[in-house]
Amino acid sequence: MSDLIVTVMKVGYLALLWLLVLTAIGVLRRDVFGTRVLAHGSVVRKSRPDGGPRPSRRAARGGPTRLRVTAGPLNGTTLALGSSAILIGRAPGSTLVLDDDYSSNRHARLFFHDGRWWLEDLGSRNGTYLGSAQVTDPVPVETGVPIRLGQTVLELQR
Amino acid sequence: MAATVAPVRIRTGRAAELWLFLLSLVLGIGAYALVGLNTAEQLPGDFVRFAAVLVGMAVVLHLVVRWRAKYADPLLLPLVMALNGIGLAMIYRIDIGLVARGQEAGFGPRQQLWTLLGVAAACLVIVLLRDHRLLRRYTFTAMVAGIVLLLLPMVPGLGANINGAQLWIRVAGMSFQPAEIAKILLAIFFAGYLVSTRDVLTLAGPKFLGLQLPRLRDLGPLVVAWAGAILVLVVERDLGTSLMFFGLFVAVVYVATERFSWILIGLIMFAVGAGVAIWAFPHVADRFDIWLNALDPDVYNRLYGGSGQIVRGLFGLALGGLLGTGWGEGFPQLVPYANSDFIVASLGEELGLTGLMAILMVYLVLAQRGMRMAIGVRDGFGKLLASGLAFTLAFQCFIVVGGVTRLIPLTGLTMPFMAAGGSSLVANWIIVGLLVRISDSSRRPADDARGLVSTETALEIIGGAEPAGSQPADTAQPDPARDWDEDTAQTEVHRPPASNHQVAHYGEDEAGNGDEPTQVVRDE
Repeated sequence: MSDLIVTVMKVGYLALLWLLVLTAIGVLRRDVFGTRVLAHGSVVRKSRPDGGPRPSRRAARGGPTRLRVTAGPLNGTTLALGSSAILIGRAPGSTLVLDDDYSSNRHARLFFHDGRWWLEDLGSRNGTYLGSAQVTDPVPVETGVPIRLGQTVLELQR
Repeated sequence: MAATVAPVRIRTGRAAELWLFLLSLVLGIGAYALVGLNTAEQLPGDFVRFAAVLVGMAVVLHLVVRWRAKYADPLLLPLVMALNGIGLAMIYRIDIGLVARGQEAGFGPRQQLWTLLGVAAACLVIVLLRDHRLLRRYTFTAMVAGIVLLLLPMVPGLGANINGAQLWIRVAGMSFQPAEIAKILLAIFFAGYLVSTRDVLTLAGPKFLGLQLPRLRDLGPLVVAWAGAILVLVVERDLGTSLMFFGLFVAVVYVATERFSWILIGLIMFAVGAGVAIWAFPHVADRFDIWLNALDPDVYNRLYGGSGQIVRGLFGLALGGLLGTGWGEGFPQLVPYANSDFIVASLGEELGLTGLMAILMVYLVLAQRGMRMAIGVRDGFGKLLASGLAFTLAFQCFIVVGGVTRLIPLTGLTMPFMAAGGSSLVANWIIVGLLVRISDSSRRPADDARGLVSTETALEIIGGAEPAGSQPADTAQPDPARDWDEDTAQTEVHRPPASNHQVAHYGEDEAGNGDEPTQVVRDE
């Protein structure tokens, strides 16, 4: 083969090799899990990738519509409430991923049942508090009552 | 500043994997074709078979992952496939060079066979091992098996001495390096052992100069690992393997405890061990002499244990320059063991700095994926196992490339997935299988419970120990608890309604293992 073809093949091969590397890095960049910030300053409804039922009309009846972080590392973050349960913890798979050294991987769970929201501690190391009482069994949560996990404080808001 | 967060739609990454597989196949098969075209002006005789086998392996791997590990990391398998394909092409290329010099060749077909075996082993791991936590049951079995495998080459009649290292066993005409499999078993042992003892190692002990020192009696396991590494060095006369095991242990201890003092102690102990080895064993002293005085004519021309190999490797790298000579256009076969210990130099010669850097980047990404899945996985054992396995991969690359480029003394380790040698290839494919399994549970969203191990199994793994402070308060609130299955079915198990809480809490303890050691209870 002529030198030209050999050279072209050589450089082409190297380019292909780097294409593999760069594609890999591209995949790696996209591959950040957990929650993502949709918008600042406004409430955007949580996306439902599973195509589950739309949140019921209970919001209109005066129930809470969002979960807000009022103290701790994620202060100011809000999460729109749907009808599915919310898992709170440091694990990347959680609905609300905490960045808090004092919380457990899977710390607590909020779920909707019988027309109201319930808080359940998932055996966390440092406990979950509703108001000033430690949560041992699932307890109903009223709007505006602080929920404390580690250094994070959350509350349900209308 | 207020912000609204939403869970990101989790990509399984299978489409990206397919695309990367395509690229890696083009690289492997293209390299094979270029070797033939550049050396003999025609495609290699078995080109179609080679391409078919490579494509077949990729298809099987992809389907197995789709079937059994849907959320597995999309990068692992394609990148490993690319490395393996490039390695096969280079081994074939060196076969051609060796035949031209009238030397014994035939490494290529053998390596292809080993690749098939390795891929089969990885598939078996992915299919049969449904949850990596099951391995924790075999912590001490793995230790015993690992040590037996390490010592196997010393058994008279079974062990084989090749080039002065007593590392191989020979069964039915095939030689095998059991240390490669022992590497995996010991990683399992270290992870299983340290996940239960790390609290003691982290917290106890005096503070000195800002370093949290461990208590003297907690040093026991480290001393045992160190003594084992020295024993391997003395009896099997292999510096690389001994360095590998000690490095693996120190790394896993560090990941488990986050205490820098362990690394410092490990380094000091290794320095002492290496110093003694240089003083006591001439073959180790030779390695240092070659490293420091490689270009000295006396050392270069020495008949045995001279620096000829390493210096010729450097000449090859220099010939390659920035863009390399091109596949089949260089002279990598002039270096002894150009297809195994010195495959990095061969690749550097034919692909140049540009190509070698790309290959090293691929290794870097692989190691990064391992560390990333260690962060993401929910149980402590998985974290330690993934980081241990990823570390061995990275450390092995460092030792090999560092040795070939004269950054550190040359030791006889293999470049994972590339170097000719069946035991290393199969062992590394098994490691990839394990990583795929761990990454699947690391990336699986919490509400997708399919494929997760049942709570009973998890209970069995943790020995049924009751977590302190999570004594369930029976069924005082039965109503909300009934929701558990519908909402977050973390564990796929049919349990009697009365024990809802109990099972939930036990299941939680397994997940709770993933808490970082920094997360000791701090009273507020």
